[in-house]
Amino acid sequence: MSFRHKHIIALRDLSKDDIEQLLNTAESMREINNREIKKVPTLRGKTIINLFYESSTRTRTSFEIAGKRLSADTVNIAPSNSSATKGETLADTALNLLAMKPDIIVMRHAVSGSHYFLAEKVNCSIINAGDGAHEHPSQGLLDMLTIKDKFGRLDGLKVAIVGDITHSRVARSNIQGLTKLGSSIFLAGPPTMIPPGVERLGNVTVCATMKEAIQDADVVMMLRIQQERQGKTLMPNAREYSRYFGLNPQNLQYARPDAMVMHPGPINRGVEMSSYVVDGSQSHILKQVENGVAVRMAMLYHVCGGTAVE
Amino acid sequence: MNLLIKNGRIIDPTQKLDQTCDLLIEKGKIKEIGKNLVTTAGVKSIDASGCYVTPGLIDMHVHLRDPGLEYKEDIVSGTKSAVAGGFTSVCCMPNTKPAIDNKAVASYIINKTKAEGFCNVFPVGAITQGSKGESLAEMGELKESGCVAVSDDGHPVKSSELMRRALQYAAGIGIPLITHAEDLDLVGAGMMNEGFTSTELGLKGIPRVAEDIATSRDVLLAEYTGAPIHIAHVSTLGSVQIIREAKARGVKVTCETAPHYFTLTDDAVRGYNTNAKMNPPLREAADVAAIKAGLQDGTIDCIATDHAPHHLDEKDVEFDAAMNGIVGLETSLPLSLKLVSDGVLTLAQLVEKMSCNPSKILSLGRGTLVVGAIADITVIDPAMEWVVDADKLASKSKNSPFIGWKMLGGARCVIVAGKVVDSRS
Repeated sequence: MSFRHKHIIALRDLSKDDIEQLLNTAESMREINNREIKKVPTLRGKTIINLFYESSTRTRTSFEIAGKRLSADTVNIAPSNSSATKGETLADTALNLLAMKPDIIVMRHAVSGSHYFLAEKVNCSIINAGDGAHEHPSQGLLDMLTIKDKFGRLDGLKVAIVGDITHSRVARSNIQGLTKLGSSIFLAGPPTMIPPGVERLGNVTVCATMKEAIQDADVVMMLRIQQERQGKTLMPNAREYSRYFGLNPQNLQYARPDAMVMHPGPINRGVEMSSYVVDGSQSHILKQVENGVAVRMAMLYHVCGGTAVE
Repeated sequence: MNLLIKNGRIIDPTQKLDQTCDLLIEKGKIKEIGKNLVTTAGVKSIDASGCYVTPGLIDMHVHLRDPGLEYKEDIVSGTKSAVAGGFTSVCCMPNTKPAIDNKAVASYIINKTKAEGFCNVFPVGAITQGSKGESLAEMGELKESGCVAVSDDGHPVKSSELMRRALQYAAGIGIPLITHAEDLDLVGAGMMNEGFTSTELGLKGIPRVAEDIATSRDVLLAEYTGAPIHIAHVSTLGSVQIIREAKARGVKVTCETAPHYFTLTDDAVRGYNTNAKMNPPLREAADVAAIKAGLQDGTIDCIATDHAPHHLDEKDVEFDAAMNGIVGLETSLPLSLKLVSDGVLTLAQLVEKMSCNPSKILSLGRGTLVVGAIADITVIDPAMEWVVDADKLASKSKNSPFIGWKMLGGARCVIVAGKVVDSRS
């Protein structure tokens, strides 16, 4: 069985088999990350451009390390020092980069769907490092790998996702991926942050309260609440938000005793999660970051046509 | 020159006519309708066997982009596109650069059309100066200089007080007012219809209630002031209901919809298709059904395209960056004929919505084949099979979601003031 996709833009576009293959490869890649010499020659001679139109520390660094551990040459471009500030269009930027013959462009962009637009313009592989409120497939995959590490499976799990679902590409990728692998997803958040028809995206139940969502959950995934949304129309302020949709040691007790707590970061401590939970024994947040490198190695490897790990 | 159209199915709802016979044009006017009219010397004849002969089609809502945005379209290419689509008259919206908010711009359009246009162009003036929604435009002079209506299309009048005064003032002058009914607060930075598809694609939604509220407000203001109002490009179930109820109460409200609103749903946006991005946005199946029902029961008076040409550079971009709107003149007729073959409309109703009603609402003095009327005529071949090919569109712009579609029906011959117009010349 080989991975047939040239691009990885959305978990919506991948099958269950595709996702399982990526997760299996990621598990193998993890072994490399634990070696003293953390480098294999798999992608030697390949060029990867990390094109980040939105700021990112975790994801960009993680993709860069992933590329380097596979011996690819990685180049980072951020909008502040690129032609975007001079009015160059995305298509022109991409075509100019393409003229330098990269094998993969890893892009983050504020516009949903911009990777599909890009994929029509270029002949290299495109990996989505986050597009608008659409998807963030590497985050979805690393979340799934982290859950699988703990429970040994993804099917039959109850996963609660709490926060601003409307604006969350992390939520969409997790909903798409986890549904395909057999988990049930329970969403909670202020109604202003629950997008219409979200139940139809997968095996999704929208809950009236946070308690209902995390009751007996195996996984409690908290989303970052965007500070800039405070005081606007979606919520009164961080204080009120935290009161009804913040995770703390008290309401975490509604979940299963062995429930794992996750967050895609960066965290607003004291808003969506109390520090007691962030740093508590059930937190898998740093494990998520660790798995991010392995998952991204697997993604880079497979879009380059890799079939077996060296 | 005189012209005889032979053996066509002549359909003219204004005289309840649906009969296969001949039609004679003399000196640019309809001279006679009857069986077996004879060709005399010097009379050219057209065989219209198998075709419908209707009052010239009128698109009361197009953007010709002239003056100022000629890289998208101009009066020459826009009227060529109109004729290619079977239209003898179009009404052009005032969001040009500068806006049609004064006599000079209106006169420019009328004069350029006279010199270079392929069909009639009736300018629509602005409601407010520069369509900025701040102060009333000189509607009196706009009317005198040839504008057939006023509208701030694309820039809904936000202030209810200003809209109320605009309605009163326009009614006093006797110029129809066309409203683009959308609540801009609710539209916000929305990119497509708010619903399951927007949720899945992660695109910011425009709720249907944004249109419903504005339709409601404008209908209520029309009712309060007693002024007539025409609602442009109705796209939602809610708007159809509001207008239906208002009509039943006797409010002087008329409205139009566009072929894309009864043909497509927001599913067309999938794949982030920027040629399915327009304002108001494509809605859902329930809305499409309501639009069809509204056309059928007469709630919706007109079919107008909202022909909105945009350059490739404005559409071949990321979804959020793409301009709103699609070209529509050359696909409107077959898409609308499908309503007839699907049993939604009778042929007579279709002709009403594409010719008689727009003429009546805007007092264009057209939309009829009565003897003595200006001979604006469309000869429609309902069996014409063709495929929409971007390279063959007469419009300068190719931003259509219907590229590649197989179409049934088209204009065989377009006659403006008694003269056959060849848009390919």
